[in-house]
Amino acid sequence: MIIDHPLLGPRDSQEFVLLGDASLLDRPDWQAESADEAFYEYQYLRDNPAGTHRELWYHEMGDRSWLIVTRDTVSHAVLKVELASAVASGRRDR
Amino acid sequence: MVSDQDYSGFRILREGLTGNRGWRPAWRDPDPQHAYDFVIVGGGGHGLATAYYLASQFGEASVAVLEKGWIGGGNVGRNTTIIRSNYLLDGNQPFYEFSLKLWEGLEQDFNYNAMVSQRGVYNIYHSDAQRDAYRRRGNAMILHGADAELLDADQLRAECPFLNFENGRFPLLGALVQRRGGTVRHDAVAWGYARGADRRGVDIIQNCEVTGFRIQNGRCTGVETSRGFIAARKVGCAVAGSSSRVMQAAGLRLPIESHVLQAFVSEGLKPIIPGVVTYGAGHFYISQSDKGGLVFGGDIDMYNSYAQRGNLPVVEDVCEGGMTLMPMVGRARMVRMWGGIMDMSMDGSPIIDRTPIDGLYFNGGWCYGGFKATPASGWCFAHLLATDTPHETAIAYRMDRFRRGAMIDEKGSGAQPNLH
Repeated sequence: MIIDHPLLGPRDSQEFVLLGDASLLDRPDWQAESADEAFYEYQYLRDNPAGTHRELWYHEMGDRSWLIVTRDTVSHAVLKVELASAVASGRRDR
Repeated sequence: MVSDQDYSGFRILREGLTGNRGWRPAWRDPDPQHAYDFVIVGGGGHGLATAYYLASQFGEASVAVLEKGWIGGGNVGRNTTIIRSNYLLDGNQPFYEFSLKLWEGLEQDFNYNAMVSQRGVYNIYHSDAQRDAYRRRGNAMILHGADAELLDADQLRAECPFLNFENGRFPLLGALVQRRGGTVRHDAVAWGYARGADRRGVDIIQNCEVTGFRIQNGRCTGVETSRGFIAARKVGCAVAGSSSRVMQAAGLRLPIESHVLQAFVSEGLKPIIPGVVTYGAGHFYISQSDKGGLVFGGDIDMYNSYAQRGNLPVVEDVCEGGMTLMPMVGRARMVRMWGGIMDMSMDGSPIIDRTPIDGLYFNGGWCYGGFKATPASGWCFAHLLATDTPHETAIAYRMDRFRRGAMIDEKGSGAQPNLH
């Protein structure tokens, strides 16, 4: 698989490691009433879709950036690549 | 049960003398009935074993196995055929030892030659710390009634002289051996269970995809399939890599990710590798099939996948492991490679449990260790389905263990499925 890094261009997926579903960015509020349940779901449960999947990849053998890669888990096609920091700051601005 | 359709040496002789006119198909191809007591979703090794033991051990007569493709077309036909019971943790080892004991009597039990070959499993260690960990593991195995033996380098060299003992970075210091471990003809396991179940009245229905569950007042009353609705008193799902997809139809999210694991086989060679050999400083395992092909594999591809094929970096990694451990394999040509979809759980251990929906039961999360577990998985799932209580060797495989913090994390990798 080739991951088209937003800053570095196309890179071999071998340079990266996968952390998992991009929903791991959405850490629950630890002070909420339902924090127990929310953290259980956050930590252990996954949608695990067959098809389009947004996931967190780390460019370990490259620039050490975190990326959000949208990928098809059936065809292995890489559909979209974003910097996780850009996505996260975009959310903060809203 | 004894019938004139039993397989035996005498039968081959008799059929040979009478023009081979007495052979019948090994299982029927029935149309689905409107209702069953038990519907098993998934005609792989675990589903067929579950149906077999429901009929043979628990006396259940109304059982169907639904398979979307053909039986044995998934992971039971795609694995590296290894059986062993060399686990460390209390939640795991009794279960896998139960499974190994079932393997030992399986062929007589279901009257089918599954070519169970207890040729030994060698786990090599490369440091003092790893030796101590393996000694501890071996002691845990012995405490649970399994066999284990720690070899030093000279003993290992005597049994496996072909290994590269000149490895300066990761010296081969010895191995933990389980002599009762070995390999089994994997397709024959699916066929043997299918035939055994069919002879006891189980309907094996192929080309029948489950598309949904009918759930009324929190109770599952049957399954919607590509061949119509089938009512059931109890529904058990054993669908491995498709677990999340199938259970999503019942509104459940699972502690599982699907990943692809590749396996490889070389051209046929004369016998050179006595048992199963695993490399302890990387991830590589190899054995030799009865046809002579070297069967080997390594890590999963590390990314979520539903494609039954992997990518080249892992091929390279696996082959490097093989060349490091036994450079002699470098001259053999690799003739086939394939992938299977692993239901990787959050602690690397399986689930055999009820679900929050009455009448719906789940068996999955086998990671890449499901093949060796096939007999015990079937037996324990049948036990749960028939009696609504877990089998004594599977009490730890609960679905709520993550919520309770009672993980069975054999490898200590945490909630990171691609590391198990």
